[in-house]
Amino acid sequence: MVPIAYYLVLSAILFSIGVAAFLIKRNIITVFMSIELMLNAVNLTFVAFTRHWSQVTGHLQVNGQIFVFFVMVVAAAEAAVGLAIIIAVFRARNTLAVDQIDLMKL
Amino acid sequence: MHLALFIIFGAFCIAGALNLLLQRHPINSALSLIVVMTSLAVLYLLLGAEFLAVAQVIVYSGAIMVLFTFVIMLLNAGKEERTHGSKMAYVAGFPGAAILVCLLTFIFLSHKGDFAKARLGEYLVTTSDLSQVLFTKLLLPFEVTSVLILIAILGAVALARKEH
Amino acid sequence: METGFLTFLLISLVKVVVVVVITLMSVAYTVLLERKLVGRIQNRWGPSRVGPFGLLQPLVDGAKLFLKEDLIPEAVDKPLYILAPMIALGCALLSVAMVPFGADVRWKSMDLLQISDLNIGLLVILAITSVGVYGIALSGWSSNNKYSLLGSLRASAQVISYELALGLALVGVVMRTGSLRLRDIVDVQAAHGLLSWNFFGGFQFVAFFVYLMAAYAETNRSPFDLPEAESELTAGYHTEYSSMKFAMFFMAEYANMITVGCVATLLFFGGATSPFGPHILSGSGPVSVALFSIFWFVIKVFGFLFLYVWVRGTLPRFRYDQLMGFGWKFLVPVAIANIVVTGFWMGLRLPLQ
Repeated sequence: MVPIAYYLVLSAILFSIGVAAFLIKRNIITVFMSIELMLNAVNLTFVAFTRHWSQVTGHLQVNGQIFVFFVMVVAAAEAAVGLAIIIAVFRARNTLAVDQIDLMKL
Repeated sequence: MHLALFIIFGAFCIAGALNLLLQRHPINSALSLIVVMTSLAVLYLLLGAEFLAVAQVIVYSGAIMVLFTFVIMLLNAGKEERTHGSKMAYVAGFPGAAILVCLLTFIFLSHKGDFAKARLGEYLVTTSDLSQVLFTKLLLPFEVTSVLILIAILGAVALARKEH
Repeated sequence: METGFLTFLLISLVKVVVVVVITLMSVAYTVLLERKLVGRIQNRWGPSRVGPFGLLQPLVDGAKLFLKEDLIPEAVDKPLYILAPMIALGCALLSVAMVPFGADVRWKSMDLLQISDLNIGLLVILAITSVGVYGIALSGWSSNNKYSLLGSLRASAQVISYELALGLALVGVVMRTGSLRLRDIVDVQAAHGLLSWNFFGGFQFVAFFVYLMAAYAETNRSPFDLPEAESELTAGYHTEYSSMKFAMFFMAEYANMITVGCVATLLFFGGATSPFGPHILSGSGPVSVALFSIFWFVIKVFGFLFLYVWVRGTLPRFRYDQLMGFGWKFLVPVAIANIVVTGFWMGLRLPLQ
């Protein structure tokens, strides 16, 4: 018997740790991983709300979980393309530090 | 029992996320993120989302994070250095995240009564329930996501190819 | 009637212990089976000195590996170095928890012959296979050795490429069953004995061959065993491992073979059901039903292990580019074609709803 608010609080904590990691870390791959962490926190919120609406209306709701399905698919596509971009940037600049990739000029 | 499982796997999630933040080498951050994702899969099971729990492990832990691990190994990313930019980020990053989490926690816990309480084993959404909706009402978005994945594959191959 | 929590815990613990012990013993004796069979294929005896017919060889091998010096090279990344074989072996043993070894025999309303009966059992086996890649990838990375890293990257690329063909091959079976639960998949094949198995009556023979080839590549076995062949890349990703950790990789490979055999019998060959139909040689009381079903299951899994070793002793090894081309350009389109044909066949058979 866990109140659904606890799941939402956990999701908020994970999201804010993701935001902190995004702002603090200096390696571009770790920054990208913090984006995935934020997406996962949001997925947890969606699933918690599906459960909430199922219990409130009394019959089975699936809309939140469908949303999570699509978020997973889009996150997978985004991860693939993002990592390809990171590889291309590494080939051009030969570094992964965010501070040294911040100008368009080589 | 539900509360015990929630606390254990919630603690794993938070510990993994903090480890992602605090580790210097990206491979350790990647492994901590895998721990977070697998613990989240268990939390989805507790909320009655069995297909999503397995999809989380297959897609996130088993494919996306493998991709991250490969890229970290191939690019031989070393430990992070402290630069000028990182000092400023500490000023904005930690306080910003702290404000965000305090605000959200306050709002959620003050409205705790508006949300239901979840019991283990009720309202289980099976794979057939999901597919009933996905292949009838939402068929077009489903097909569009398959085109999206195709575009992502082509884009990734085109971007990461060696120029001759 | 719901079982009490303590009964559930106790019976589950007993089941887990029995299954793990039997699996590890099977792993040891599969090694012996392989050595003797490959020996006979190559017209020699194989191990035959230790015990009658070499039957005590696995015990002696285990003792040797256990007593060897456990070297940890200085420059390795120690936490990952120690974690990688644990991940490999853990994932290999975890898949066996979903497998129903026999008929649905219950005691105090608890299923005695399957450790965990999940609605999504088949997908969990796929998920565990996906996570098992980390054992290979991390072992190469943590060894701090160019050859290990290259070997592990090649092996992981092979495993994740063939995972796709593996998953797609299973879709035809799931379409016929309408459920992802392993017991349901077995029950659909129990109707008429041999003819209702998914290989014969379900027309999934193409899916079966795709599954078999993908599974051979997944478990890094001949003819797809380039990553661990001794003459390639100085033994690949387990170059720097010695004694117990090397034994864990070794055991993980054979445990994966056994899991593949179990899943193939469950999905394509009727699992624990008798080939003569549900009334002949299937037993009548609960004890004889259990014993007969376990007997049929073990015979079929043994057949698959025999097939594994037979293929190893017979076929030459693939080159790496041939291997990747085979997985992506042949197996995936054939598996997708199988899904389309199965879909058409089922659509034409069932009435419109």
